[in-house]
Amino acid sequence: MLYALLCYNDEASVFSWTKEEDDAVMGRLDVVHKKWEAAGKLKPSLRLLPTSAATTLRKKDNEVLDGPYAETKEQLLGFYIIEVDDLEEGLSFARELTAANPGGAYELRPIMLYNPGSPVEPR
Amino acid sequence: MTDFAWIDAALVSARPQAVAALLRYFRDLDLAEEAYQDACLRALKNWPQNGPPRDPAAWLIMVGRNAAIDVTRRRAKQTSLPDEDQISDLSDVEADVVQRLDEADYRDDVLRLLFICCHPDLPATQQVALALRIVSGLTVPQIARAFLIGESAMEQRITRAKARVAGAGVPFEAPDAVERAERLASVAAMIYLLFNEGYSAADPASDRASLCDEAIRLARLLLRMYPAEPEIMGLLALMLLQHSRIAARFDAEGDATLLEDQNRKLWKRPLIQEGLALIDKAIRARKPGTYQIQAAIAGLHARAETPEETDWAGIDALYAALEHQAPSPVVTLNRSVAVSKLHSPQAALDLIAPLAERLDDYFYFHGVRGSYLMQLNRNKEAREAFNRAIALANTPAEAANIRTYLDKLSAGAAPKK
Repeated sequence: MLYALLCYNDEASVFSWTKEEDDAVMGRLDVVHKKWEAAGKLKPSLRLLPTSAATTLRKKDNEVLDGPYAETKEQLLGFYIIEVDDLEEGLSFARELTAANPGGAYELRPIMLYNPGSPVEPR
Repeated sequence: MTDFAWIDAALVSARPQAVAALLRYFRDLDLAEEAYQDACLRALKNWPQNGPPRDPAAWLIMVGRNAAIDVTRRRAKQTSLPDEDQISDLSDVEADVVQRLDEADYRDDVLRLLFICCHPDLPATQQVALALRIVSGLTVPQIARAFLIGESAMEQRITRAKARVAGAGVPFEAPDAVERAERLASVAAMIYLLFNEGYSAADPASDRASLCDEAIRLARLLLRMYPAEPEIMGLLALMLLQHSRIAARFDAEGDATLLEDQNRKLWKRPLIQEGLALIDKAIRARKPGTYQIQAAIAGLHARAETPEETDWAGIDALYAALEHQAPSPVVTLNRSVAVSKLHSPQAALDLIAPLAERLDDYFYFHGVRGSYLMQLNRNKEAREAFNRAIALANTPAEAANIRTYLDKLSAGAAPKK
């Protein structure tokens, strides 16, 4: 099954981490990534840049808004694409990420391949 | 991250909002700070056991307020306390505050707190020091290290700034639209000042360089509160784009590396992406300003994967717009670099000739002029200009940079472009 594993956290807090704190969290998350990648379950993942750099297009009036459309306490900061046997396995992945991360929430959302497009080269 | 580290990060990010709200209640910087400190101590005791509150800022405001009211009551000082009915019970902290925190006037609180730090009565150095102490919550020793001065001198600077602000009387009623725009402009200038303090540091790992991160954090905070202000987008974009080059700006000896000689692989792509997205957003508002234009110039440099791909015509046009918005000989001097690439070193020399008198004491004027003369093989004049630049250099790194040109001249290897 294909899932999107969505990462939520308070953006203001995450972007206040010192470099040491950030490196420490990323280091711990990376241990989890490597394990699941080796098992062939972890597909590409993305980190989203701050919501202040985002633009939203609303259907109503075809309106373009600065920032995300809703003020929420936690923001979507990134997501993984994972291919797991079932929800339970997806949840155990999410639990390991949770243990490595000081806060926030992970949402598992089943996905279908919408448009594979061409691969993105990291630069 | 240990328990303490996540609490620390939460406290740091909640600080501006919490101190700002406490300042509105108590109308006294020291009291507001004390109340916040008190709330932090309680958070350190309470949060590891009960988990983080849903809204850390709301928790800190409520707890800090109640604690400070307790203290002031005990001291029997009746200094403009809020009405009794505004003081809610500690046990019921969150439910009460969460809805009120959504109110727009919290934006004005944080803006006021930032604005107090850049009060026009304060000299620039005091503005930045006060903001780092009050808004960012850095300790006096941390700030002193960043400014490379002694702790007692920094302590004095901050105390003096606080006294001056207290005497200046900043209005506490909600600002009107004009006042708000003026405050935003002052705060933006202060944040950029803070950024430039950090930008001058040669060592990316130094306390001083970390001021850039703090300036960016404050600008993101400001933009979250005012998400549709194009100049705040421009300010943040400008700082992100300049900061993206931090790893490439100095060589191993700590000498500055010119933009065209930098290893562009070392530029930080995520910062560039965020900066470029912000410029694109800002342009849509069609309200150009100096930060936006400067950011757009930095953006054109960032888009070029090699120096040869730089869009000098675009940069020239942007500098022309900047000259129009904020005329200054320094802007014209910068524009001349684009002109030299786009047309010729002679055209650039002609452009800056009228500036000679006004920029006679300006290091960059003579450095840039020397490089045009050198390209035109007018070596004697070039040497004179470089010598003048060295005499005006502000840092050893600047002087060393000019000496490399003199060395090239002596070697008779003037590059022809």
